[in-house]
Amino acid sequence: MGEIFFDNNIPIYIQLVDYFKIYIISGKMKPGERISSVRELAIYFKVNPNTMQKALTELENLKLIYTERTNGKFVTKDEKLIKKLKDDYAKTLIEKFYNEMTALSLNKKEIINYINEIGDDE
Amino acid sequence: MELLKCINIDKSYDDKKILKNINLTIPRGKIIGILGKNGSGKTTLIKLMNDLLTPTNGEILVNGKKVGVESKKVISYLPERSYLNKNLTVLETIKYFEDFYENFDTKKANKLLKDLKLDINQKISKMSKGMQEKVALVLVMSRKAELYILDEPLGGVDPATRDYILDTILTNFDKDASVIITTHIIQDVERILDEVIFINEGKIILTSDSDELRNKEKGSIDEIFRRMFKC
Repeated sequence: MGEIFFDNNIPIYIQLVDYFKIYIISGKMKPGERISSVRELAIYFKVNPNTMQKALTELENLKLIYTERTNGKFVTKDEKLIKKLKDDYAKTLIEKFYNEMTALSLNKKEIINYINEIGDDE
Repeated sequence: MELLKCINIDKSYDDKKILKNINLTIPRGKIIGILGKNGSGKTTLIKLMNDLLTPTNGEILVNGKKVGVESKKVISYLPERSYLNKNLTVLETIKYFEDFYENFDTKKANKLLKDLKLDINQKISKMSKGMQEKVALVLVMSRKAELYILDEPLGGVDPATRDYILDTILTNFDKDASVIITTHIIQDVERILDEVIFINEGKIILTSDSDELRNKEKGSIDEIFRRMFKC
């Protein structure tokens, strides 16, 4: 897992939720993968364990993780849900990007040209 | 039962009122920041909690009993100014703490000192200010206490040491104990706080969950504090 550079202007637990969300939808954390304990995660991310707990509860409400009574917490195995969240997230990002580009008086075709210019990173 | 409770606390020196009608409750399992400008009454409040001063009015209860010998057993206090005997080595100081406090964990102290690469055979007087502050913090965090009260633990240390101190507080934090931190350097500390208490001119101005406050006021605790107490 990487590092989070927290922005003090945004609730810490929300930043943790977003971080895990991206980790899961990008496939860096696999469906069914076991999640470390609250304590381990809190120490790792250098946050208050209560804040970490709050973030995990929120992820559980979003059905991205689930608790097995004695074994701990795991990433959801519902790949449809992961796909849907990824789709939603990508759409939100592209809408934001698109709005910013159209604010520069660029049309869709011109925007796509810009994207093509970036090329592939392979 | 609440870990600590302040009920209608007033504190005056001669005619000067330092604290005015302070009511607060410290639950278990929380890290709480008492934030205020210099001279706002933070240290006076902390000293009252540690039974080092007597309130003019009101009372302070720890585990439901008035502060005194019993509360001192369960509160581990890091004062703003060091009281360590500088002629002793770190090792001698550890022995002293071991004798003095039933709940002092020597193993833990040695581990933390080793992590910090501090030489336990060195005299405290020969150490830099930052090193001395680290030793003082290690001693306080090595007690198995119910409440840790840290008065300005980050004053006068460099940013790297600040990070280490915050990490030490976090890694040693357990759900049955609470930590109170006073500071005026809010920016560095706010990330680890569950709750914040703003104090100004001897009064409590605001008590809130930190993330709720960020959400409500759309900003960092540091920024909200600055906005409220602009000079």
